[in-house]
Amino acid sequence: MKQFDYVRPATVAEAVAAAAQPGAVYLAAGTNLLDLMKGGVSRPDRLVDVTHLDGLDQIERLADGSARIGALVSNADLAHDADFARSYPAVAEALLSGASAQLRNAATVGGNLLQRTRCAYFYDTASRCNKREAGSGCDAREGENRGHAVLGWSESCIATHPSDFCVPLVALDAIVEIEGKNGRREIALDELHRLPGSSPERDSALEPGDLIVAVRLPPAARGFAAHARYLKVRERTSYAFAVVSGSAALRIENGKIAEARLALGGVAAKPWRARAAEDVLKGVTPTADAFQEAAWRALTDAKPSGDNAFKIELARRIVVRALTLAAAGTPARIPALPASPFASTSGAIHA
Amino acid sequence: MPELNLSSAPAHLRHGSSIGQPLTRRDGLLKVKGQATYAADNHPPGMLFAVMAVSSIAHGRVTLLDVAAAKQHPGVVDVMTSDHKPQLAIDPEIKTNPFVFRMEVLQSNEVRYANQPIAVVIAETLEAATEGAVLLAPRYENLPALIGLDAGESFVPPVVGVGNPTENHRGDVEAGLASSAKQIDAIYETPPQYHNAMEPHAIVASWDGDNLSVDMPTQGLMLSLGRIAELFGIAPDKIHIRSPFLGGGFGSKGLMSGPPVLGIMAAKLVGKPVKLVLRREQMYGPVGHRAPTRQRLRIGADGEGSLTALDHHARTLSSTFDDFYEPAADASHTLYAAPAIRTSHDAVRVNTGTPLFMRAPGEATGSIALESAIDEMAWACGIDPLAFRLKNYAEVEPITGKPFSSKALRACYEQGAARFGWAKRPLQPRQMRDDAGLLVGWGMGTATFPALMFQAAARAAIRRDGSGVMEIGAHDMGQGAWTALAQIAADAVGLDIDRVEFKAGTSDLPDAGIAGGSAHTATAGAAIHSAGAAVIAKLADLATGDERSPLFGAGNAGVIARDGRLIRRDDESRSESYAEILARAGVAEVEARGTGAPNPAAMEEYAMHAHGAVFAEVKVDPDLGQVRVTRMVGAFAAGRIVNPHLVKSQLFGGMIWGMSFALHEEAITDRRSGRIMNANLGEYHIPVNADVPPLDVITVEEHDPHVNALGIKGVGEIGITGSAGAVANAVWHATGVRVRRFPIKIEELLTQL
Repeated sequence: MKQFDYVRPATVAEAVAAAAQPGAVYLAAGTNLLDLMKGGVSRPDRLVDVTHLDGLDQIERLADGSARIGALVSNADLAHDADFARSYPAVAEALLSGASAQLRNAATVGGNLLQRTRCAYFYDTASRCNKREAGSGCDAREGENRGHAVLGWSESCIATHPSDFCVPLVALDAIVEIEGKNGRREIALDELHRLPGSSPERDSALEPGDLIVAVRLPPAARGFAAHARYLKVRERTSYAFAVVSGSAALRIENGKIAEARLALGGVAAKPWRARAAEDVLKGVTPTADAFQEAAWRALTDAKPSGDNAFKIELARRIVVRALTLAAAGTPARIPALPASPFASTSGAIHA
Repeated sequence: MPELNLSSAPAHLRHGSSIGQPLTRRDGLLKVKGQATYAADNHPPGMLFAVMAVSSIAHGRVTLLDVAAAKQHPGVVDVMTSDHKPQLAIDPEIKTNPFVFRMEVLQSNEVRYANQPIAVVIAETLEAATEGAVLLAPRYENLPALIGLDAGESFVPPVVGVGNPTENHRGDVEAGLASSAKQIDAIYETPPQYHNAMEPHAIVASWDGDNLSVDMPTQGLMLSLGRIAELFGIAPDKIHIRSPFLGGGFGSKGLMSGPPVLGIMAAKLVGKPVKLVLRREQMYGPVGHRAPTRQRLRIGADGEGSLTALDHHARTLSSTFDDFYEPAADASHTLYAAPAIRTSHDAVRVNTGTPLFMRAPGEATGSIALESAIDEMAWACGIDPLAFRLKNYAEVEPITGKPFSSKALRACYEQGAARFGWAKRPLQPRQMRDDAGLLVGWGMGTATFPALMFQAAARAAIRRDGSGVMEIGAHDMGQGAWTALAQIAADAVGLDIDRVEFKAGTSDLPDAGIAGGSAHTATAGAAIHSAGAAVIAKLADLATGDERSPLFGAGNAGVIARDGRLIRRDDESRSESYAEILARAGVAEVEARGTGAPNPAAMEEYAMHAHGAVFAEVKVDPDLGQVRVTRMVGAFAAGRIVNPHLVKSQLFGGMIWGMSFALHEEAITDRRSGRIMNANLGEYHIPVNADVPPLDVITVEEHDPHVNALGIKGVGEIGITGSAGAVANAVWHATGVRVRRFPIKIEELLTQL
């Protein structure tokens, strides 16, 4: 293994200073980074271990009704926080549909946001990959790409962002709190991840040294709790990334959709907020026709990047189903098979 | 090897024979406590770590390795390359016997497939060796690579599988098709698959002069011993291999492959013990895999639904430098009573690691195609799939005309169908939905696997204290050999299992034959049985020939061995303990050897197969196309069941494998580079617990007097056959969509639902 420095700063300020140098990366649980290092995909010179920083592992409810989730809260702790799950059920369902129980116990909120793509050509260091090595080319474009992006991709990169967690978060207008060289700032999660354009080597809007310290859900996010779901189609029932996923959240007043939120996962280099589809749903009665219309609007700009045209049709159907499930109401308990089309299958005892 | 502390839980209460008792595995406690020593758990003093560098191209030559850079890395001791390596005694390309697997052990700079070993870095730590391998930064001369089933001109290999004829026929297939009222003509495709045993291939090798000590998982101790001996030019008795536990093999640890040989070479090069463990992705190349197939089935049936012809052709592939051909079409030899049958194969050569036996080689790939086609034929005839199979039930083996040594398949169909509730199945597809609106489908498949035997020997002894010893170089791959074979041994010497020291898993013990072909229990069991009988006969000679014994004059056949005593057959009040017999004779122990082997006369006369019937229920989301198996019932008849508990586990494992075959498993090969793009357990999908539904296994009583003295047929592989087809047929029944390319993917269903 390549030799690297390992530092464990005592404060956020020290961490930011330590990570601002070229070749430095943050280490939280390492559920993605360590694999990347073992495979030679990532070869950092310095790991800045943030797992011992104080104050980043709290789930707080703020006075204005926001929720603030520290970057070091584990996926499992967040999903199993009863108050959080009640307030943001689609987020909890998405978390529980991701990875495996062991990984969820380790993986952190901040790390989840910054996980890298699962494009096989990114992981295969013998392949050309513009994301791994700027300007080297993209072997996925003409390769085995049935799982790749159908929205927002470019000739430089057709990779997708694999997170489940980010999909309902982006639908709920989550905000990311960042500590950087010039102090604290915050941006919308929707602006954190970048589409590839001609510089896919940059996954996010973060600058060197930037540390995500928290994710915040604004007060309005709580208003969708009664009608919020996450739905994930995958090639096995657990421990698989989404082929396509979707999160739908509705605020229903007097039988009409007062406000709709919709996002898709597994379709682009970022969690894909479908605002045009949300607009279609505003003020209408939640019907199958309305959901169909929303599905078409959500995928208007989609185009295959390879052997993946089916993902466009699949995404449409996921939109319709996720909206249908959301309209029917959030179940009292998260299903034993979270986010699965088989969530209702009786006798399922797995999670 | 340190003494194994195998448990004998109090649950091991025995009434009568040990065979037939559902004992829990005797090595279970060791395993859950982490005390079972697998090969890579060994750390002899001074041991170094070896890491392979592997090729990223599929065809060409290595032109440059930066050995200097690797050697400069702290901790790196040496770099073994084609220019710097110990000489082998023979060219590893030479096939000294049919079970030689050609391997890449740095004999040249040629690259024949992606992931081929091209150098080995030896270092003081695993981390240093790993980085050293990266620092080699190989350069290549890249040559065009042959990839996939359409890579080039096909040819007809001389044999398929292990010496099976490439083509077989009986009757006139074309005439049978021409005269049929209904026909189907369909092409089925199966993908490349990799064994993916949980335990990667690993070796710890140490040389002491000409003596070689090896810890290595192997399904064939004696095959490995012989191969190592010839490659390194040393006598077999200088080599000691320990393989007490395998974390799965599935065929990939049967023949000696390149990586462990590299470990032995590395140990020789540096003069110290060396450990070499494959990384998961390195298992996708040099240690075998299941080749893809494209199979065409043409079937004809008359107006009543009786088959008139069955034509099964399979295309597969092998490597550019060695020969193994998945005998997929042979699956059509035994099951259905068509008056005309033809099976044939052809192949192409591609730049891949050589394919190899993988759990039910030929039977698994052939079965999913055949069972799908039979299902299609039944539907074409408008007949229930079970009724159709019963109508075409083979009373004799169709391809040979031989009677079966035993065949309880009818009982399997009946019991499995009853347990499943098959009678309520609507004939038409897409008729059933659950409360949530999911499509529900029921499918079935027939399971079959030949009852094979190899050659084995065992040594049995009865000691002065009346306890027994049974020695055989048997292999526990997780299937339970430590337990099942010890049960046979206990009965063979007439002792409780706790009174028999059962030794296995090392190369200094008698040859148990290869643990493959579902034949290990039958083969090793036959040798154990015969060694036990022989040692009891010697003991009986001591007793019945001694006038001081109460058994005097009973004659060898006049006594039976039970609970540590010899008992007069005609007068059970007259008996004597083993200890008493040996004490009086003044003998420390008596010992005898026995052998197990197939019976050529019985093989000539009978077709010998295990059978089964598998029933599956799936649910399919009608909009999203995701499939989930919700229920499976398998009924299997496999002769005598030595340990019902372990056999059930074996059959569960097979059924899960079959489900995986139908819905999950596939190696994705880059169409340009020939590299496997999902060479890890995150992306190469096998079922996880959440995918596995409640499974129900019925073992159907079957007595077979011909297969071997114990009547054992074997259960290691049969569970896959039938199961894969049952799941595929259930998907059709749920949706009305017939998918013929496996695994069944969401996109195949999505647009047709």
